[in-house]
This record gives sequence, C-alpha cells and structure tokens, in this order.
Amino acid sequence: MGLFRREPFRLLGDGQVGNNLRPDERELLHHLLPQLRELLMSPSDPALKRLFPRAHPGDAALEAEYSAMANGPLLEARFAALDRIEATVDEDNFSRHDLEAWLTGLSALRLVLGTRLDVSEDGTDVDAHDPSASAYAVFDWLGYLVHAAVGALIPGLPPPDPDA
Amino acid sequence: MSRALSETAPVEVDDPVGDTLVDEERPWIVLVWNDPINLMAYVTFVFQKLFGYSLEKAESLMMDVHEKGRAVVSTGTKERAELDVFRLHEHGLWATMQQD
Repeated sequence: MGLFRREPFRLLGDGQVGNNLRPDERELLHHLLPQLRELLMSPSDPALKRLFPRAHPGDAALEAEYSAMANGPLLEARFAALDRIEATVDEDNFSRHDLEAWLTGLSALRLVLGTRLDVSEDGTDVDAHDPSASAYAVFDWLGYLVHAAVGALIPGLPPPDPDA
Repeated sequence: MSRALSETAPVEVDDPVGDTLVDEERPWIVLVWNDPINLMAYVTFVFQKLFGYSLEKAESLMMDVHEKGRAVVSTGTKERAELDVFRLHEHGLWATMQQD
C-alpha cells in the first residue's frame, strides 16, 4: 500500500472521522458488502461459521439454548454494520460510532474471507499466479483497513508492521 | 415405609437441591480463544470497548490469547457471561463460557 499514503481514517477534533479512502477502495467495498449480505441470507454456509461461534462447545443443551437466543441478533448486527458502511462509505466524514460499526463489518468480511481461504497465523504470502491471489490481496487490504480503523479509535496503538 | 425413612427421604432429596444452588452460585468465566484471522490490535480494541479495560490490561489479555491460546476476559453470573459472550461474538471473537 506504500509508506506515503494517507491514513484511511483520521479522527478529527470534533469526534468525527475523516474518510480518506480512495475511490477504488470505496468501489471495492460497494462490491464486497452485497456479497456478504447475500451470504448471510444462507446462514448454513460453512464460510459463516466464524460469525456464529459456539458459546458452549461441551454442552449441547446449553449451546442449543444459546444459539436460539443469539443467532438472530448476531445476524441483525452484521446486517446493521454492512448497512452502516454502505450508508457512509461515500461520505467525507462520519461519526466515531459509525467507525465502530465499520470495524464490526470489516471484521466480519475478513472472517468470512479468511475462513474461505483457510488462512493460518503464518501469514498470507501466496504466489502471484495462485488463483486465490486476488482474494488474498483483498484479505490483506481488509486487515489494513481494520488496523487503520483501530488506530484511529485507539490513538496510542503502534502503527501496523509494514511487512505484515 | 417406616416413619424414619419417610423423614429422612426428604433430607436426601434436599441435598442435591442444595448442591445445585451452590452450583448455580459458582461464577461463570468467559474465555476468548486464539484464532488465525482476527488482528491483535483489533482484539485489544474489542477488550477495551466491551469491558472498559485500560490499554495495558487489554493488551496483556490479548497477548495471553495469542501466546497461551486463550484467556479469561470476564467472570460473573451465567446471564452476565452469556451477554459478554454474545457481545464478543458480535465482534467476531471466538468466545466460550464455562463454570469456574
């Protein structure tokens, strides 16, 4: 992404967040968000398993109780986050609260893409000719955005590792 | 059934009930598990946001998750733990709960 590019999100003095995403980045989000929304319509898709983790892996009865209570609101929260991003992605500024919704939505996107790509902690170095190379690039870019959003919300946080 | 037995029987029934009450009072712990996808900075942020922890405490919990594979991030009643697990799930963290 280059050392000289602007911070994608900048916390402004009035509690607002400056949106410095480039047009191509906004376009990519407009492309990705409906895909996740569509995927969320079929909640049994294995790519979604990280969005609905088990609270009681060792107790089927408690787990059934938890998932019956939690899965609906978890789904709603993801739709709300995606809506929030879509509603503000083309704005020059949005609120800090919006940026928190962005984080929820971007993280959900990363979890789904990361699950699809079966990423490991060792990183995502792939050969440019790998058919998944562009998906890995999107995954890394989402990570960059998540890090930038967290950095805007927690000022003391060290900058991301440029090699990461 | 002898009178003695009919008197002792309820006591025997009471005992497990008593145990259950004690059991219910045992606190629940909320665990967050290491996962290969969520970024360390994001996990730190979520701990701060949800639990109001200082950056120091949130980072130390995050490092426990990262290095030891899991960390206890909150403790409380079943209802409290369930809410915390839900909020962690809402943020995409891999959280479970169990009785301490």
